[in-house]
Amino acid sequence: MRARRGLSHTHVGSLHAPDAELALRNARDLYTRRQEGVSIWVVPASAITASSPDEKDAFFDPAADKVYRHPTFYDVPDGVAHL
Amino acid sequence: MYGNDFSAEDAPGGGLLGEVEAAEAALREAAARGRRGGAPGPDEDLEAYFTEVVDADQKIEPRDWMPEAYRKTLIRQIAQHAHSEIIGMQPEGNWISRAPSLKRKAILLAKVQDEAGHGLYLYAAAETLGISRDELVELLLNGRQKYSSIFNYPTLTWADVGAIGWLVDGAAIVNQVPLCRCSYGPYARAMIRVCKEESFHQRQGYEILHTLAHGTGEQKAMAQDALDRWWYPSLAMFGPPDTDSTHSAQSMAWKIKRFSNDELRQRFVDMCVQQAEILGLTIPDPELRWNESRQAYDFTQPDYDELMRVIKGQGPCNRQRMEHRRRAHADGAWVREAAAAYAAKRVEQKEKVAA
Ligand SMILES: [Fe+2]
Ligand SMILES: [Fe+2]
Repeated sequence: MRARRGLSHTHVGSLHAPDAELALRNARDLYTRRQEGVSIWVVPASAITASSPDEKDAFFDPAADKVYRHPTFYDVPDGVAHL
Repeated sequence: MYGNDFSAEDAPGGGLLGEVEAAEAALREAAARGRRGGAPGPDEDLEAYFTEVVDADQKIEPRDWMPEAYRKTLIRQIAQHAHSEIIGMQPEGNWISRAPSLKRKAILLAKVQDEAGHGLYLYAAAETLGISRDELVELLLNGRQKYSSIFNYPTLTWADVGAIGWLVDGAAIVNQVPLCRCSYGPYARAMIRVCKEESFHQRQGYEILHTLAHGTGEQKAMAQDALDRWWYPSLAMFGPPDTDSTHSAQSMAWKIKRFSNDELRQRFVDMCVQQAEILGLTIPDPELRWNESRQAYDFTQPDYDELMRVIKGQGPCNRQRMEHRRRAHADGAWVREAAAAYAAKRVEQKEKVAA
C-alpha cells in the first residue's frame, strides 16, 4: 500500500481471495476503510520467495566487513567544505 | 483480545491511543536497536536464542524458531481473539436495522464492519503460525475453540449498543493495548491496527449512553438498565482471578501477556468510575469505593461461577450465536464457490487467448 503520493509502498497485511482482481477489492475493503492508502499492490503469497532465517547470518555476511561503504568511514580534514 | 475469559508500562495520561502510539514507537525502536545481525549460528542453542530475543523485547517473526508450546498458545489465543471479533458482530448487528437515526445506523454499520476486519487481520496473523483460516473457522464451528463469553449475552434495547461500545470495547482496549507489545511480531502489529480502530468504537458507545442519559427519564432509565446488565459481564471479560488463571505465568514469561487478569480488571474499573459519573449513571456495585492506601477502587468481583457456566455453553445466547454463525457460513458458501468458479473461468479464458 502507498499511504500518500510520494511515499513508497509498504506491506500492510494479508488476505484471502480467489483471484487478483478480487484481492484488490478485498484489500480496499479491509485495509483502506479510513483512507489509509492511494495505491494498492497485491501479490499471491506463493509468488514470494523469502530468504531463510537459518542462513541469515551467512547470507548477509558479505556486507558485514565493508564499513568503507558508509560515508562515515572516511576522515574529512578540518576545514573542507561541501564534502 | 476481547477477553481473557476463554482460557494475557504504559504512561498513563496520554490516553489509550497514546499508549498504542508508544507501543508502535517501541516496536520500531526495538527493531532499530537490532539485538545483533541475525539468526542463530548453526551450533547455537535455538531455545537460548529465542529467549534472548524475547528478553531483549525484540519480536519473534513467523520463520524464526519457536518452542512448540509458544506456537500453540499463540494459535489458540489469536484464533479465539479472531472468533470473538466475528461472533461479536452479532449482538450489535441485531440493532443495525433498528438504529434510531440514519446517522446512528451508518456509525453502527461502520463499527460492525470494523469488527469483521479485526477478525480478518487476526486470522491472517494466526495463519503465519502454520494453520489455515479454514481450519480455524472449522474449529469455531464445531465448538472446539471458544470466543469471548461476553457475546453470549443478549442486546435487549438500543442502550445496550451504547453499553457494548463503552464497556465491552473499553474492556477489549484495556486488554489489547498491552498486546501491542506482544513478543510475536504479526500479532503485535495486528493489535496496533486494531487498537487504533477501537477507540472510535468506545467513543460512539459512550456518546450513545451520554445522549440517552441526558434525555427523557425513560431514556435515562434505559441507559441505567443497560449498565446494570453489562457491568459484571464486562468485568468477567478479563478472565478468572489470578489465583485460578492457568495459562498466565508462561504467557507472561513469553511476553505474550504483559499484565495479569486482575491488574487489567483493576485498570478498567479505575477508568470507568469517572466516566460513569459524567454519564450520570450509577455503577451497580454498592461496594465500589476509592481505597486511599491502594490508590485504586475497591469493587465487587464478577460472578466467576456464572462466567464458567457461560464458557461451558450455558449463557443466554450461546446456542443462538453458534447457530447463526453456522448458518451464515453455510449460506455464504455459494459466494465463495461463485468467486472461485469465476476466477477459474478467467484463467481459462486467458489461456485460450494465449494459445
Ligand atoms: Fe474489534
Ligand atoms: Fe470494537
